[in-house]
Amino acid sequence: MAGAKSHDYHILPPSPWPFMGAVAAFALFGGLVMWMHKVAYGAEVMGLGIAGVLATMFFWWSDTVKEAHAGDHTPVVQLHLRYGMILFIASEVMFFVGWFWAWFDFSLFPVALQFNEGATSIIEGPNTITHAAGVWPPKGLEVIDAFHLPLLNTLLLLCSGTTVTWAHHALLHGDRDGLKKGLWLTIILGAVFTSVQAYEYVHAPFPFKGINYGAAFFMATGFHGFHVLVGTIFLIVCLIRVYKGHFTPQQHFGFEAAAWYWHFVDVVWLFLFVVVYVWGGWGAPVHAG
Amino acid sequence: MTDTTATASHFHAHEDHGHHDADHKPAFFQRWFMSTNHKDIGTLYLIFAIFAGIVGGAISGLMRAELAQPGIQYLQTWTALMGGAPDFDTALHMWNVLITAHGLIMVFFMVMPAIIGGFGNWFVPIMIGAPDMAFPRMNNISFWLLVPAFLMLLGSSFVSGGTGHGAGVGWTVYAPLSTSGSAGPAVDMGIFALHIAGASSILGAINFITTIFNMRAPGMTLHKMPLFVWSVLVTAFLLLLALPVLAAAITMLLTDRNFGTTFYDASGGGDPVLYQHLFWFFGHPEVYIMILPGFGIISQIVSTFSKKPVFGYLGMAYAMVAIGVVGFVVWAHHMFTTGMSVDVKMYFTAATMVIAVPTGIKIFSWIATMWGGSMTFKTPMLWAIGFIFLFTVGGVTGVVLANGGVDNYMHDTYYVVAHFHYVLSLGAVFSLFAAFYYWFGKMSGRMYNEFLGQVHFWLFFIGVNVLFFPMHFLGLDGMPRRIPDYPDAFAKWNSLATHGYEIMAFSMIFFFVNIFWSLFAGKKAEGNYWGEGATTLEWTLSSPPPYHQFEQLPHIGDDHSH
Repeated sequence: MAGAKSHDYHILPPSPWPFMGAVAAFALFGGLVMWMHKVAYGAEVMGLGIAGVLATMFFWWSDTVKEAHAGDHTPVVQLHLRYGMILFIASEVMFFVGWFWAWFDFSLFPVALQFNEGATSIIEGPNTITHAAGVWPPKGLEVIDAFHLPLLNTLLLLCSGTTVTWAHHALLHGDRDGLKKGLWLTIILGAVFTSVQAYEYVHAPFPFKGINYGAAFFMATGFHGFHVLVGTIFLIVCLIRVYKGHFTPQQHFGFEAAAWYWHFVDVVWLFLFVVVYVWGGWGAPVHAG
Repeated sequence: MTDTTATASHFHAHEDHGHHDADHKPAFFQRWFMSTNHKDIGTLYLIFAIFAGIVGGAISGLMRAELAQPGIQYLQTWTALMGGAPDFDTALHMWNVLITAHGLIMVFFMVMPAIIGGFGNWFVPIMIGAPDMAFPRMNNISFWLLVPAFLMLLGSSFVSGGTGHGAGVGWTVYAPLSTSGSAGPAVDMGIFALHIAGASSILGAINFITTIFNMRAPGMTLHKMPLFVWSVLVTAFLLLLALPVLAAAITMLLTDRNFGTTFYDASGGGDPVLYQHLFWFFGHPEVYIMILPGFGIISQIVSTFSKKPVFGYLGMAYAMVAIGVVGFVVWAHHMFTTGMSVDVKMYFTAATMVIAVPTGIKIFSWIATMWGGSMTFKTPMLWAIGFIFLFTVGGVTGVVLANGGVDNYMHDTYYVVAHFHYVLSLGAVFSLFAAFYYWFGKMSGRMYNEFLGQVHFWLFFIGVNVLFFPMHFLGLDGMPRRIPDYPDAFAKWNSLATHGYEIMAFSMIFFFVNIFWSLFAGKKAEGNYWGEGATTLEWTLSSPPPYHQFEQLPHIGDDHSH
């Protein structure tokens, strides 16, 4: 058994980053608990934790990139990375299933609610807490016009799906100029999407607190927005790596993973647009501008 | 340089200054805190699980002490020890904290780390002929995330959870007790403990699936994989798909508690039963996550000690797949008393009973494997046979509870407690001990003491049955679970159960003495100390295996049996 290995798997040397990541996660969540309960220095501890998590990611994935350049990413190791990314996205899909589940629970079996000037009350009468006694969206609640900014956002994301594919094909054909243009456009479209979403949040006609519509709306679209942000950063990292000359037409899994992630974020949005904005707001008065 | 054809030569050149031979081990800190070795990480998981098991087991000792007789005996004293107010409500809160901590610790920090993280890490790569896991660094963060998760959970006992210190919400963390019913940071810490442990398990699941799909040695087709590997594969899929739903559910708890949302608050249109749906959509697959690797372990052991291949190998593998798939569509049988319609109850009753079919296939195939075999009754085999016997008892009471109508009567009684302890404490935990004795020599290089092992088994077997069997009677007589006091009529069975705990706890002395005795004075273990019945790849290696095994990949021939 002794002697040089004769397989293509990647046997890694010891690494400090997993341990560091666990310590940082402890600080992050410990700090978050402290901050939520107004314990002194909660925000600071959480900030340290976030910095630690980001640093862990940076150092860890820097090592991964270095190893790719050292030739450690043999075809079978690249296949590992593909499986890993697909499975990670599968788990993310199930995370969103939870939020859609809440949305469908509230919208298909609505409680009889009256929403007035930011305050929620249960309509008096027999069986008002029983499911299916009310309407969805709750009475008195104005919704965001699905065919205004949300439609624009849908088009932005669909468009960004095509530009990232443009970038991918450019990369496959060795067209580095096209790769850069496609990536730049995707990132810009993603940033515009996030800005539009932020504008929509600020001007939303219903609150986050006190009513199930607001809770489910903001948490579902908010987690999606967070994923858009992560995806955008992922694409920015890819763009930086493009300028450093990292990708070849044969080997560019980092880019592919970012593109897959971007498409996943795109598809989640399509479901949000149809289920939350269009179907979920159907029949309710639309908030004027 | 990134051209794939050029990589092989780079690869070897790069490796040369890393590992000179297969047994080169890093220095202490690097080896145990920065590990990228599946066997070392597996060992860390096992040590962690044993520690958590001691904590969780000690908590059940406190609970059995309190329940030994009617009335409140010790809760107020313990509350005072923890710095809480000595009043009655705080004492009852302490009870809730104990049941919560016991459940969460045993599920997330003992069974799962031991059976998947410990034995899965140690033996899945070896059994498929792989040198390590697919993502060795990610493997290490899966382990290390458990430490902050466990610290969060333990730490929650020292901060306010509303009525008293600690999170007193049950392992299910139902709203509204966990939202408006529990002010203070304790429940938030419990929620984050679950978030972190969940992230750890999802990363582990990704690692196992990738390893099993991509790193099988030449000739090791899916239909030749040992059943333990099959069991971990199915388990990993359950983890991957179930845990994110729990993450969403407890994130909603978190925002309801701290940021004013009303997901589970009916006054804002929310729905407390939504939490139960989301929780059990995770929670039911979770019970299979705990037992499926045990099924795999029992298959290996029964085959080894019967000197026969497993009866109905393919049926055994696909029975686990079937249990995994059907396990996702039965969750509401935990919620029969939430006021669901008769139609829904009928569906969930029928779907739940369907699971008895693949489970029956497994039980009968284990028996058929032993049938006509040349059997030896070493300690691991005793645990395996104990598993088959006791898991069947737990399975049968599960079929009883699956009835929506019957469950109106049984729900939240000690009958349920008896049922799930028969499948977990006497099922999953028996498979853990079986695995521990089966592989102890392989992992440590030293044989356990057979006499101590058998004494441990028999005392534990008697202890847990005396402990849990009376709970069936208590439940049928109407004793509710999660209550520290009860009418005098229940005193006899409760007293007996506590004596059962004492026998079980006494047996654990033999377990720990055996570990330490064996580690220092045990007979040196041969490569294949079980002989011809042990046919999987770990038995082709030395005990313990080289630090990096299979530097030359093994080839699996057509004549290979399971």
